[in-house]
Amino acid sequence: MEILNTTLLNQTIVAATPLILASLGGLYSERTGVVNIGLEGMMLAGAFFAVWGDYITGSPWVGVLFAVGIGMGLGLIHAVLTVTFKSDHIISGTAINIFSLGLTGYLLLVLFHTHGSTREPVTQLPYINFTALERIPVVGKFINEVFFNHTPIAYIALGLVILTWFLIYKTPLGLHMRAVGEYPEAADNMGINVNRIKYFGVIMSGALAGMAGAQLSIGVLTQFVQGMSSGRGFIALAAMIFGKWKPFGAMWASLLFGFGTALASNLQGTNVAIPNQFFLMVPFILTMVVLAGIVGKSIPPAADGKPYEKENK
Amino acid sequence: MHAVELKGITKRFERVVANDDVNVEVQEGEIHAIVGENGAGKSTLMKVLYGYYQKDSGIIRIFGKEIEDMTPHKAISLGIGMVHQEFMLIPPLKVVENIILGSEPRRGIFIDEKKAKDEVSKLTQQMGFDIDLNAETGTLPVGIQQKIEILKILYRGAKILILDEPTAVLTPQEVDELFNILKNLKKTGKTVILITHKLQEVMAVSDRVTVMKTGKVVGKRLTKETSPEELAEMMVGRKVLLKVEKPPRNKGKKIVEVKELWVKDELRGIEVVKGVSFDVHEGEIVGIAGVAGNGQTELVEALSGMRKVEKGNILIDGMDMANRTPKEVRLSGVAHIPEDRKGMGLVMDYTMAENITIGRHDMAPFSKGIVMDKTYMLNKGKELAESFDIRPPEPTLEVKFFSGGNQQKIIVAREFDCKPKFLIASQPTRGLDIGAIEYVYRYLLKAREEGKAILLVSMELEEVLSLSDRLLVMFNGEIVGNFDSQQGFDISLIGNLMMQGKVF
Repeated sequence: MEILNTTLLNQTIVAATPLILASLGGLYSERTGVVNIGLEGMMLAGAFFAVWGDYITGSPWVGVLFAVGIGMGLGLIHAVLTVTFKSDHIISGTAINIFSLGLTGYLLLVLFHTHGSTREPVTQLPYINFTALERIPVVGKFINEVFFNHTPIAYIALGLVILTWFLIYKTPLGLHMRAVGEYPEAADNMGINVNRIKYFGVIMSGALAGMAGAQLSIGVLTQFVQGMSSGRGFIALAAMIFGKWKPFGAMWASLLFGFGTALASNLQGTNVAIPNQFFLMVPFILTMVVLAGIVGKSIPPAADGKPYEKENK
Repeated sequence: MHAVELKGITKRFERVVANDDVNVEVQEGEIHAIVGENGAGKSTLMKVLYGYYQKDSGIIRIFGKEIEDMTPHKAISLGIGMVHQEFMLIPPLKVVENIILGSEPRRGIFIDEKKAKDEVSKLTQQMGFDIDLNAETGTLPVGIQQKIEILKILYRGAKILILDEPTAVLTPQEVDELFNILKNLKKTGKTVILITHKLQEVMAVSDRVTVMKTGKVVGKRLTKETSPEELAEMMVGRKVLLKVEKPPRNKGKKIVEVKELWVKDELRGIEVVKGVSFDVHEGEIVGIAGVAGNGQTELVEALSGMRKVEKGNILIDGMDMANRTPKEVRLSGVAHIPEDRKGMGLVMDYTMAENITIGRHDMAPFSKGIVMDKTYMLNKGKELAESFDIRPPEPTLEVKFFSGGNQQKIIVAREFDCKPKFLIASQPTRGLDIGAIEYVYRYLLKAREEGKAILLVSMELEEVLSLSDRLLVMFNGEIVGNFDSQQGFDISLIGNLMMQGKVF
């Protein structure tokens, strides 16, 4: 089939990169027992701050730092609300989503004096190429076209998947995170500072979602568009669930969703007698199928979404 | 030297004083039992000692040194370890991960898995345990899980071990094994604090005992100089009959006949009751013993009409009541004291009178036409409060304000007042004090004498052994043993059946 070409596979990775980062973010948070549906808003704020940082310094890397920073800031807010004040995780996450939408719209007006999107393009993140690879017979060109031609963030995302796997399964901190997400009383009892672990998880979650936003605005594009995260935070959450709260699982699920997105935008260009809108629905339908538990049961961390309270006898 | 010295400990929870000027001294190298009824403040005291709760006043001394602001972290470093009543193990983690949690050996930023495994297996060998360290903790039997809890504490170099009601979930064999472990620990110089309300255990394993009642210490004894009767009297504040006095059985006609009953757990999609058959006659108590989770709950729910029966019959006085509604089952003469008192037995926000009415609220004499008769309900409440000694005798008080024992009395009163032919009592004494337990036993025996057929399901082996005329052992959804009290109950055989479903 003509549709299945290297462009499609390349686009799969492009579409999957922000999902991988954000679903890893969700994993950090939920492994410590905090549900983070604020990923969407954190991503959006990250996208805006990446453009702003880029705009005022001319360096896309400063933009990425800004994005990670605002993500961590929103993560901190989510942590304060859910961990310290034990408010409902869904309400706090929703508040962050609404807040981010308003904040970016307002700052767009104040900092860029415009509506809808930034006008002047900012410096894009570099794309990594290995034309030398094309000299390898048969597969060389394929490898370069599919696995290269990406921003460094795509490789950082892959690196973070591996790093997160080591962190979760091989380090004391990871063991503590798993313990806190499953049974905080037991962790507390073993002298682990439950709240500190939760704060770490939620702030990391924000950092990753922020970076995902940067990839959207200054990796794929060179501008901020209002509401540009357009549901990716929720898709990332679905990818995390589909991936059974495991780093590689989340990555594969993100790639699947990314493939759905890439397929949708490719099919748009063909002369199939189906309205475009249906293709655009593909990733969201995939998400719903996953969330409805049709593709196997996923068991969340046992204490996910529950506030941890002591001395409430 | 005192390993632990608690002086004048007071701990309040809002209005409740859980510990009131408590003094306890535990000698190094002894097994020290702390006994008392539910709510006497034993667990609170231990949580204060362990730093899980902060004391309001008083002094904690560990090996002679006064400790300010105890935290679990500090307690661990001082050599105090605690096995909670509810296990503090994380089910999806490996055994070894649970043991090292919070004190992981490190190599750089990583967990040193090899060192962890070596250290833990050395410890298991010392203790003579046989545990697969790579197994997923949640899949192991409770007896093993408890050993993991003990290992967890020893791994942290504990010198003082606190065990909170450690035998509640164990089979008799596992209890014996635990006591041997505790005695071995004592031999190696460890100090053990055992919290329990089971007096036989105190007598069997402890050196000294401290008795608590309503937050205060009411007595301290050397175990060899006291008796279960004396301890029970101190705990309850009056003389308590510890042994069940059971008149000979007066067996009548067959009331209940369960034939080849199969019940499925819809959620997990597996059979949980597998072809169970038994009968219950007038004037006898048939007990079902077994470790929790072997199908007892589902059997009872099927019998009372709350769970779907896959196949098989439940004949009540000749009528098949399988897959009928709970109401139809009730009307056929079945009463049910459910295991989940607060969820299934009572509506906590309703008054005593309303709870006594519930289930019969739409029929005479509780209703006239479509209107409920409040006066009748109140009078009924007063009448039952008196005959069942429910305190306070206030029919208009919401049941959440009654103690656990009195809540259970309200359920018992309601179920007895329905004049059933068949009474199902599921865990009727769970969480009750010995005083309240004595009442429940008395009522069950009274029902037996009145010629009712009674099915008693309990995880407390002692309870089914002493009350049952016939005893069935349930394992993995099947009845694997059938005993009659006339031949006497072989406890070790029953214990084996409970654990293995077969005899070695």
